[in-house]
Amino acid sequence: MSVKVIIPAPLRQYTEKNDSVLVDGQTVDEVLHNLTERYGDLRKHLYSDEGKLRSFVNIYRNDEDIRYLDKGSTAVKESDVLSIVPSIAGGATAMADGLSLLTKD
Amino acid sequence: MARAGVARSYPLIVRAASQQAKHIMAFELRRKEWERIEKEGIAAYPEECCGVLLGKEQEGRKVLSDIVPLNNARKDSPRNRFLILPEDFVRSEREARARGLDILGFYHSHPDHPARPSDYDREHAWPWYTYLILAVEKGQPRDMTGWLLSDDRASFLPEEMTLSDDGTKFEARSGT
Repeated sequence: MSVKVIIPAPLRQYTEKNDSVLVDGQTVDEVLHNLTERYGDLRKHLYSDEGKLRSFVNIYRNDEDIRYLDKGSTAVKESDVLSIVPSIAGGATAMADGLSLLTKD
Repeated sequence: MARAGVARSYPLIVRAASQQAKHIMAFELRRKEWERIEKEGIAAYPEECCGVLLGKEQEGRKVLSDIVPLNNARKDSPRNRFLILPEDFVRSEREARARGLDILGFYHSHPDHPARPSDYDREHAWPWYTYLILAVEKGQPRDMTGWLLSDDRASFLPEEMTLSDDGTKFEARSGT
């Protein structure tokens, strides 16, 4: 059984430019294992050297974060869509508040 | 479009794009989207605004079609941090795909701070995506700059941007 995995644009360079890939597996771990077997360069972007999913990588089964389901053991079925979802954060430095005070009239 | 009392000046190209990012490319947007991002920055001030850039990569250029303003999820520190929730990303990506578009990157504002990426920005950045930063000073929009993460994640590189209305090109300074 295969499920669709949505690949975000920054990682498509490792999936032969495919924006989605059909991958076999019964659980999220199996699907990601098979995905990174097929596209070896993808592995270091999803997993740390210790083999753990990187903290700024989220995996969603349809609309749900697998961290709140069964993590890697989360079951998948044929109609499911897995998404690799980057954490997006940033912002000005801690100095911003100080500058704001300095520039007030 | 005429803007009462404010002469618009856009930053000039100051240096060529570096080769340090394998997939460096130009970013193209219309004045309409530029001004929408400015409005978002004004409305959010003194907090940071953030959102998604939707468009298509075409022959080495990223062409912006639309922006999707999103909620800044950093309620503890919204004046100098932004966070896009993964569920908002998933929704945006689904919308993009339904429209035949991709997420090209993200924009956010720096209230009372230059339009330069911080170390915090860099530590949390992804390669390939364009990061647009708008400086908002005392509630007024100032410079807007575009950045790409280098492949070794060590630095942000200025990305050349083009206003497609009239072909104006501009690029951020990489230093202070």
